[in-house]
Amino acid sequence: MTPTSLELLAIASALVAFSGLPGLLTPAGSRAAQRVASWCHVAGCALGVSAAALALAGSTAAATFPWALPGGALTFALDRLSAFFLVPVFVVAGLGSVYGEGYWAEAHHPGNGRKLRFFYGLATAGLALVMVAGDAWSFLTGWEIVSLAAFFLVTTDQDDAAALRAGWIYFVAAHAATLILFAMFALLRDATGGWLLAPSAALGSSVLLTPILLLALAGFGLKAGVIPLHVWIPDAHAAAPSHVSALLSGVVLKMGIYGLVRLFSMLPAYPTWLGLALLALGVTSGVLGVVMALAQHDLKRLLAYHSIENIGIILIGLGVGALGMAQGRLDWAVLGFAGGLLHVWNHAAFKALLFHAAGAVIHATGTREIDALGGLMRRMRFTGAAFLLGAVAISGLPPLNGFVSEWLISLASFRALTSGNGGVGMLGAAAAAPALALIGALAVACFVKATSAVFLGTPRGPHATRDVADASSSMRFTMGALALSCAALGLWPNGATAVSRRAADALLGARAGTAPSADLGALGTVPLFVLAVIAATAVAGMALMRPVALTTTWDCGYASGSPRIQYTASSFAQMLVRLFRWAVLPDEHRPRLDGAFPAAGPRFESHAPDPALDRVLLPLFARGRSLLGLLHVIQAGRIQTYLLYIVVTLVVLLAWSWSW
Amino acid sequence: MVSSVANLLAVLAFAPFLLGVINRTKAVVAGRKGPPAFQVYYDLVKLFGKGFVASRTTTWVFLAGPVLSVAAPLVALILLPLAGLPATLSFPGDMLLFVGVFALARFFVAAAAMDTGSPFEGMGAAREVTFSALVEPALLFGMLALTRLSGSLSLTGMLDVRAAGAWQKASASVVLILASWFIVLLAENARVPFDDPNTHLELTMIHEAMVLDHSGPAFGFVLYGAALKLTVFAALLVTLLIPAGPGGGVLDLLLFAGGLAGVGVVVGLVESSMARLRLVRVPQLLVTATLLAGFAVVLLVR
Repeated sequence: MTPTSLELLAIASALVAFSGLPGLLTPAGSRAAQRVASWCHVAGCALGVSAAALALAGSTAAATFPWALPGGALTFALDRLSAFFLVPVFVVAGLGSVYGEGYWAEAHHPGNGRKLRFFYGLATAGLALVMVAGDAWSFLTGWEIVSLAAFFLVTTDQDDAAALRAGWIYFVAAHAATLILFAMFALLRDATGGWLLAPSAALGSSVLLTPILLLALAGFGLKAGVIPLHVWIPDAHAAAPSHVSALLSGVVLKMGIYGLVRLFSMLPAYPTWLGLALLALGVTSGVLGVVMALAQHDLKRLLAYHSIENIGIILIGLGVGALGMAQGRLDWAVLGFAGGLLHVWNHAAFKALLFHAAGAVIHATGTREIDALGGLMRRMRFTGAAFLLGAVAISGLPPLNGFVSEWLISLASFRALTSGNGGVGMLGAAAAAPALALIGALAVACFVKATSAVFLGTPRGPHATRDVADASSSMRFTMGALALSCAALGLWPNGATAVSRRAADALLGARAGTAPSADLGALGTVPLFVLAVIAATAVAGMALMRPVALTTTWDCGYASGSPRIQYTASSFAQMLVRLFRWAVLPDEHRPRLDGAFPAAGPRFESHAPDPALDRVLLPLFARGRSLLGLLHVIQAGRIQTYLLYIVVTLVVLLAWSWSW
Repeated sequence: MVSSVANLLAVLAFAPFLLGVINRTKAVVAGRKGPPAFQVYYDLVKLFGKGFVASRTTTWVFLAGPVLSVAAPLVALILLPLAGLPATLSFPGDMLLFVGVFALARFFVAAAAMDTGSPFEGMGAAREVTFSALVEPALLFGMLALTRLSGSLSLTGMLDVRAAGAWQKASASVVLILASWFIVLLAENARVPFDDPNTHLELTMIHEAMVLDHSGPAFGFVLYGAALKLTVFAALLVTLLIPAGPGGGVLDLLLFAGGLAGVGVVVGLVESSMARLRLVRVPQLLVTATLLAGFAVVLLVR
């Protein structure tokens, strides 16, 4: 008997879930334990990818297990939509495991390596559970497993105050999301009459539809990092080990997107306001995410803000698709949905690549501070080239993968204008393409800044000049694999769009089969052609541009250039940050300079604290805490007092029930 | 197809002349003798015959800049209908590739500038990426309006204003697009009032500043790329303004070349008659261009 795709997935999940368990029984610093954990995890991930591939090819499966708790039964379903989201889960997690061999080697981290690997496996399995959950209970179970495991992953370095702070912020945000989802699923049960996550005709006519969708946008948006709910993202990504950051950004955020998409697949019809709301949230997250990224000095925080930007792009795609559905126009709905979903894959590929490369830089130099680096391309050739490729891909530039998904979404925007009578839906869809252009151009600015400040020019300080070596072979392997997938998804776009079309069918409802897909294949071999033109020009260039002499940078004849006169990351971004200072709210400390020869000492400083977290939420919570301090009168921590409260409450309740 | 390729080759040969036209116009207006119209060709020949001095701080990225600054407009020209003939390569969504390749070139030109570690080039790169971010939406809005008018998703279809009857149906929108895209042309090609191609002064530096360290053949690539890029944006305007066609004859090609030269003269006149804008004013003018094109869309979608 051959196992079904779901059985295969169950084996894979069990393998990854318990991959870290044997390590817990071994002494700290054991290299063999790390090997065992990594291999178990990688094997499980390989199995998981093959299960997902089977399901994508058409071998979907479902299973129900009776259970005594509320809900009655646990249901698991592996359909194409689930499989589509499972692929990045297992690819990014599996490669992260290999990366961890070099990046978080047990020999260097005997104190927390075992914990890291245990929770890493658990988080991977939890993610798989979320993606195959067929009912609300299994969904929430998986969701909680990931939330808790990710907390321990973020606080891997338990002695680091910044990591603990990031962990707690994440913990609060994740559980706020879970609470909202409890309310959402409760209403959903009322509207559909069951806990199953299956298409429901009753949902469309329910008065609860609007509150359900609003709660879903809030709960899933909090997980996905939609502005202004993105508060946990920058700190958590910066504090976690780099392969965990890659998992958080590439996959954990997508749990929120998956939740939304799964809910949409249950809708019989899309309200117009939903499309507009998704579009508005997407454009806000997209533009402000990249603008806040521009203001960052910390390489990993910068990448974290770009996750917010890319979640925005995904939401723009889903929003355009939803608007198309609301207008009954499947021709652009399919483009929007397929583009948004494909961006889930693409973002997982290039963001994991960028975090792995950033991790290699941090590993080699010991700092995340962009302005302390520079000139690393000479000593970290492989890492530099990988980061550059990731930067081009994330900026949505041809011929790499970011371009393909953004091209699909923009094309939906154009397709919307080809016929029909206008209206707010069309106008909204039309705004998507220029918004994406703005986001893409700002991303170019940000990644020219990040790439050049870290890898180009001359080293700015001791971090970049000490004996920096390129990444270890396991780290180079994962970067190479991710870079190849970015290139493959970009250069053979028709394969990628065909797969995302299969997943998008779940969102197109009953008429999925009638949606035209000619536009989806329009890119064809064009990216290869573009690459060929560039390669031909490069060959001509290499023949002509042969340096006859090497000298110092000419720089208008300025003879004594030093690394300190270079443009820094902050000076590079200054104009754009100024233009958007109403959103970024940067802190600038500008000392007063007096006289013709001002004394040395005062320094210019600029910081970019998070506008939502540091300027609104934390001050608010600080206020709230002093107010709640008043409750200490009745909340003293003595167990007898609490028992007394319980007795009093019971007596009052009993008296109340007797009085009826 | 064969005649489309022939047109493409003709435009590739014509491009440096367009820079010459601008310089001649400026010389005539200023009452100078000025360089001959073919000066850019002489410059190119001279540059390609020279040696190439590179900075010790640079890596392969420094060479990718000049390569991409030629490759990008080359791809764009392949996607563009020229002299009334359809583009050599046309597919639904090609306008997005058109915008994308220029962004790719910008990425590498700016990175190449940063690779030298020179503050002047950093300054130019920072300004270039900032201003271009504000230009791209204007291009997209204009293309959206043209798609609404023509119902086509490719440059060949949407720029065929004669078939769409655009001037008759919605002349206001077409005028708005032309105005917006003329501003885009000036900004993207580093012309007055955004940048002054004549100087390397720190205050005016944008595009020229980015390529200070490129010499010999590398600078030849940059110069030829700049000529091609100017031609691409001029061709966009000419195709909208002169709805020639069906194309294929020598007359069409001459009319097209005349149109391109006309754009060159207008750019030269603008350059002769006004000063460069203060840097803080530049974003305002660019946002104006976006708004103009945005209006063109709103007029058509209401």
